[in-house]
Amino acid sequence: MTDQQVRKDDEIAEAQTQAVIDSAHLEGLEIKSLTQWQLARRKFFQHKLAMTSLVILLLVFLAALFADFIAPYDFAEPDVPNRSSPPTFEGQHYFGTDKIGRDYFSRTLFGTRTSVYVAFIVASVSTVIGVIIGGVAGYYGGAIDNLLMRMTDLFLTIPFLAILLVLSAFLGAGSPVRVAFILGFLFWTGLARIVRGEFLSLREKEFVEAAKVLGASDSRIIFRHILPNTLGPIIVNATLTVAAAILVEAALSFLGFGVQPPFPALGVLIADGQDSLTTLWWLATFPGLTIVLIALCINFVGDGLRDAFDPKQRVK
Amino acid sequence: MTEPVLSIRDLVVEFDTTDGVVHAVDGVSYDVHPGETMGVVGESGSGKSVTVMAALGLIQIPPGRIVNGEVLYKGRNILGLDEDELRKIRNKEIAMIFQDPMTSLNPVFKVGDQIAEALLVHDDKLTDDAARKRTVDLLEMVGVPNPDRRFDQYPHEYSGGMRQRAMIAMAMANQPSVLIADEPTTALDVTIQAQVLEVMKVAAEETGAGTVMITHDLGVVAEMADRVTVMYAGRVVESGTVDEIFHNPKHPYTLGLMMSLPRVTGEMQKLLPIPGNPPSVISLPPGCAFHPRCRMSEGRELCRTKVPELVEASPGHMSACHFPDEVAIEAKREASVTGLEV
Amino acid sequence: MGTFIARRLLYSIPVLLAATILVFFGMTAVTDPISQIRLQPNVSQQTIQNIIDRKHLDEPVVVQYGFWLRDVFFNQFGNTALGDQPIWPDLSRAIGNTMQLVFISELIAVVLAVVLGVFSAKKQYSFFDYATTTISFFGFSVPIFWFALILQALATWFFLETGFRLFYTFGQSSFAPENAFIDRIQHMVLPIVTLSYVSIATYSRYQRASMLEVLHSDYVRTARAKGVKERVVTMKHALRNALIPVVTIAALSFGAVLGGAVITETIFAWPGMGKFFIDALIRGEVYTLMAWLMVTAVAVILANLVADIVYGWLDPRIRYD
Ligand SMILES: Nc1ncnc2c1ncn2[C@@H]1O[C@H](COP(=O)(O)OP(=O)(O)OP(=O)(O)O)[C@@H](O)[C@H]1O
Ligand SMILES: [Mg+2]
Repeated sequence: MTDQQVRKDDEIAEAQTQAVIDSAHLEGLEIKSLTQWQLARRKFFQHKLAMTSLVILLLVFLAALFADFIAPYDFAEPDVPNRSSPPTFEGQHYFGTDKIGRDYFSRTLFGTRTSVYVAFIVASVSTVIGVIIGGVAGYYGGAIDNLLMRMTDLFLTIPFLAILLVLSAFLGAGSPVRVAFILGFLFWTGLARIVRGEFLSLREKEFVEAAKVLGASDSRIIFRHILPNTLGPIIVNATLTVAAAILVEAALSFLGFGVQPPFPALGVLIADGQDSLTTLWWLATFPGLTIVLIALCINFVGDGLRDAFDPKQRVK
Repeated sequence: MTEPVLSIRDLVVEFDTTDGVVHAVDGVSYDVHPGETMGVVGESGSGKSVTVMAALGLIQIPPGRIVNGEVLYKGRNILGLDEDELRKIRNKEIAMIFQDPMTSLNPVFKVGDQIAEALLVHDDKLTDDAARKRTVDLLEMVGVPNPDRRFDQYPHEYSGGMRQRAMIAMAMANQPSVLIADEPTTALDVTIQAQVLEVMKVAAEETGAGTVMITHDLGVVAEMADRVTVMYAGRVVESGTVDEIFHNPKHPYTLGLMMSLPRVTGEMQKLLPIPGNPPSVISLPPGCAFHPRCRMSEGRELCRTKVPELVEASPGHMSACHFPDEVAIEAKREASVTGLEV
Repeated sequence: MGTFIARRLLYSIPVLLAATILVFFGMTAVTDPISQIRLQPNVSQQTIQNIIDRKHLDEPVVVQYGFWLRDVFFNQFGNTALGDQPIWPDLSRAIGNTMQLVFISELIAVVLAVVLGVFSAKKQYSFFDYATTTISFFGFSVPIFWFALILQALATWFFLETGFRLFYTFGQSSFAPENAFIDRIQHMVLPIVTLSYVSIATYSRYQRASMLEVLHSDYVRTARAKGVKERVVTMKHALRNALIPVVTIAALSFGAVLGGAVITETIFAWPGMGKFFIDALIRGEVYTLMAWLMVTAVAVILANLVADIVYGWLDPRIRYD
């Protein structure tokens, strides 16, 4: 991007901001965040790929949430006469059945529910931790900041997946909630760094200085003035974390150290299909495609959000 | 009068953006004569840089688009030449100096090698040793101390002023006939600015090149330029000799620029900025683009509806104002109110 | 340059020590060797008592850490708890096998990613650009283990259909192969494709972004205004600068690549560190796991060191700091 382009975009952003201010007739600091939000929303709605992905995602999530009503079969109940059936519309085995006749469409639905449930816990827990730690480090700086940065450096020296595997194997006990919290407690480092950077730069800004001069408390400054201005990157990161968590949980479960039977999870289903890859190919294929679909859609949504929140971004 | 060495004729450049077409340059013309300096002034975004970048084929197409115009170099139209022919003109015939010396040099190569490259790309027979010798001479000429040692240093080891000197050395390497300096001193300290301008003057004198001096700074224009082109919102609004422009402005925008110059009157420093912002070049106001900010227009019909053409207001002095003669009256009024002399 | 490397090596020592603390106390907080051994069938009380004596498990944790540290630095990580077998011989063999995979796939990934990234940036918004963008989005979204399974299924299917063995899906070498080198390659291709795919997706995005930024920079404009050929502008002036962020990412990703190797090796039964790790995890072999974690920590620290050296070579500003 040339400097001219950047300048141009800034001008446009200013003009748009001006227009919104004119129409909104609002005063004070709220204007800034309000107009940012409106701009971001408009940009996001114009992002076709992201919007399509969002719709698909919502459909998949709803289907998973209401799996009890939608799934034609029970999760574990075998349809004995139709064992090892390839995908078929007769008998509603859309994704086929396994050797003992369990319906893979239903299993995939329930598995999706578990995996998405885990991923949302991971995203929530890690976002809360990441914002708190990153915020404290960025706002107060100094020794706390130093300690935090050295700690995250240190975590980078050991493969993330290995740490997860050890913790999940020894503490997870195969339960979705436990696995989710273990992941959540380890996923925050990236966000903490981002939030720290934002806080570091924002705390120098005039409006924060002004609030300080007016005697606002630290917590008021953080929650009223700084945090609203960092929501963009936080939301983008939380979104992408859902995708990452789904992929990592699936890998752990596939290896046998994450969610374990009897809990249904997509990684477990793929592991079950591993032994009959060439004969009962549908067993590993459909749960895998489901993961790809979800992760792809989330990544597209995250990309759209990033564009929407990035003031410099030019949508082509 | 001599033939112009570089002549820009009716240049129109547009950019496609998501928010519409940017009319960055809209029918700009000016001439540069050998040995002469043409000062180009105007607020940010008025199209000064795009004009010269387009002339050398340096704007990105797309999103950019050259819609119309000619760029005559020694009488030959170079606008729209193919990349290979343009390449041979760049630096060798028409050289450029950019605004920010901190970012204009490649951080990972030695300064000397970057200057020598300008020599080497235009001369297949030149040896590396000869290029080095010539580069050291050039560095010496622009006043870089210890040029032989400085040759092997990287840009981060140079100060801002030294880097701009190196950029000037690079621009002078092939003794071009035209030197285009795009705000060469804007990014420098005031004390360094004068030195760099001095070096530019010497360089231009030595090569007899015609110079285009793009700047915001009327002080630089007064110091360096022989003639001046004033640009506003992608168009030329006034042009003439530097004396005419300073003592007898014929466009309220030029007057405004001069009133906004900081200067010391007695003990007081006065600054009268032009009210408002430059217009968006996506949707210009109808009529004269300057009328919403003009002190003289006073809502007159003509200003709001008709685009003024650039016509001769007095011999050799062009103005794009419907009421060029009122500018002098306005100037007097301003002077009486503020105690400033135009 | 020599002092620069020496200084970086010295700086690595405290990081390494911190890693030992993280590994030992982290592991101790999560589990202890004895409770893992008790899960195994047929372990006598005597055996357990022997282990406690040998590993000083009845002493305070800090003392245990000291003994462990001694084993790590002077006894090649010491022995396993159960069976009292030396850890290093098996581990070092596994390291060798993994490094074959990781080096080749990272080399392929970096080279391909740079090529893809540069072309995407030069031809921004072209069909090629959209195609590589799409492929890399899949790279971020396809679970690596599933990708490996698909490759395995395709290779097996190909063999069943044609009767011709193109690639093996299992192990490192065949029993008594005709040509050992070709046999090894036939075994390596699928794991390497799996490992490099994710890396290519990530690195090429970075390469594209940094190339785009550099291509719009002032100094590239200066080079063009000098009359330098566009090809030279790209390959000399732009690429050298654009490589800097990619080198960082490749180095920072080294841990992630080793993580990817855990999955890949398990699926393709490649006798490397990944498989070694999973086996140790299944048996609950705490000392073996800690040895593994330390080895990877050293590997990551070394990768960062190499990155810093490459950095200094690419960017004179760092060299002289
Ligand atoms: N690549 C581009 N895409 C879109 N718009 C552009 C591009 N390059 C320039 N412009 C627009 O063209 C107009 C003229 O820009 P130009 O850089 O010529 O201004 P300038 O007079 O040189 O300003 P300054 O004094 O700040 O350098 C501006 O509105 C700018 O935003
Ligand atoms: Mg400019």
